Amino acid sequence: MSKLFSKENKEVLVNPFNLDNPVLVQVLGICSSLAVTSQLKPAIVMGLAVAVITAFSNVIISLIRKTIPNRIRIIVQLVVVAALVTIVSQILKAFAYDVSVQLSVYVGLIITNCILMGRLEAFAMMNKPWPSFLDGLGNGLGYALILVVVGAVRELLGRGTLLGLTIIPQSAYDAGYINNGMMTMPAMALILVGCVIWIHRAYFYKEKEN
Amino acid sequence: MATKKFRCKVCGYIHEGDAAPDKCPICQSPSSEFEEITESDEEKAPQAGKKGINTNGNTYTIVYSTIIVVIVAFLMAFVFKALKPAQDANVALDKKKQILAALNIRELSDKQAADEYVKDITADDIIDAAGKTVVKGSEGGEKNGFKLNSADYKAGKLALFVCKVNGETKYVMPVYGMGLWGPIWGYIAVNADKTTVFGAYFNHESETAGLGAEIKDNIAWQEQFKGKKIFKNGSDDVALSVLKKSDVKDPTTQCDGVTGATLTSNGVSAMLKDCLSKYKTFLNEK
Repeated sequence: MSKLFSKENKEVLVNPFNLDNPVLVQVLGICSSLAVTSQLKPAIVMGLAVAVITAFSNVIISLIRKTIPNRIRIIVQLVVVAALVTIVSQILKAFAYDVSVQLSVYVGLIITNCILMGRLEAFAMMNKPWPSFLDGLGNGLGYALILVVVGAVRELLGRGTLLGLTIIPQSAYDAGYINNGMMTMPAMALILVGCVIWIHRAYFYKEKEN
Repeated sequence: MATKKFRCKVCGYIHEGDAAPDKCPICQSPSSEFEEITESDEEKAPQAGKKGINTNGNTYTIVYSTIIVVIVAFLMAFVFKALKPAQDANVALDKKKQILAALNIRELSDKQAADEYVKDITADDIIDAAGKTVVKGSEGGEKNGFKLNSADYKAGKLALFVCKVNGETKYVMPVYGMGLWGPIWGYIAVNADKTTVFGAYFNHESETAGLGAEIKDNIAWQEQFKGKKIFKNGSDDVALSVLKKSDVKDPTTQCDGVTGATLTSNGVSAMLKDCLSKYKTFLNEK
């Protein structure tokens, strides 16, 4: 067990949450993070779906990395990712129909999510399955984290709810408060992601440079 | 390859020799910071392969991709087969919810919706454009008209849901059309007089969120259909339509469009005209 959670492995898992976050630092996967964050629930489901798919595609690619012909490696990676994404979207359709309708095409578009391709090319192709699993999980959850933050802000300010539960009391509306319709638009999500990146850089990057 | 390799854990410097050096030449770390790199750890070049197969050869590449594709195909087929019943149940339940929404029964849980549907829908007939009943629907309303889709619709088999809500007879008719980006559809419920709209529900596949998608999301917009007439007095042309607010001249049959979604609104209007015309004979039978 101690070897499974050695220092390097821990770093591989934890780094993507903060200093190596795929959305904040590498600015990958922006398109889908704008599209699915208008409410918290689809944001959470999308984040988890990406985390699961990244982790398992990393493991599979890592297991077969020595057998993959170099010339068609991107195609092999795509086939593996596409197969996993199709399975996940079928499972969502069977067991979480509302969410799958809400996510619509974005589940399918996980296939072309640059976070996945990036991790497969950069990490899974040259590491063992277990670190690859942690790397995929870490990056997926790092992505999910940003989705949840943006989704929570957008749902709270745009609709006054969180996960469908009313948070802002009726008395506030009676006193003249109105929901910000802009928040439900993708444009506002881009601005929010920008703000999150700004805050993140302001607080964490200085420490790293020092 | 008699020499062993040692990696400095601090800076990653690799030393080749029989033993670790006393000091790392890069970062001055002591020899205890060095670890031996064993063969199994080291990345072998992909060309080497495990059994000496040339992984870059054409034959290998073709065989490899064939095997991968076959494995994935079987996996997919299995998953589709295993999950199909659960998915069909979800789709059917969703359709029931949409039909109930046209009857102004909204916001139900899955269980409630299934129960409510059995209670309210007395039959799902299939009729033709001449107003004749082709197949008499069954109790529970999910065996005949319920199964029809837009292709059957074009072929002239029209679904008609006969409902009883609070003791009054209502008819629900599906409508299918094109929005700006993709298909739109809906259900229109009419009272027993067959001209007054009791309720309406619209849905879409890919209209723009916040604009065209309002036809589904904006319940207030759907509710303005309540009480509208499908026909003008004395005429049997479908008059129910969606127009720009400034163009609405006859509020008994015309509805206000969605602001900023003129094309989707036009699509809804065309859909109502096309599809309700098919029911014209039925709707004009008194």
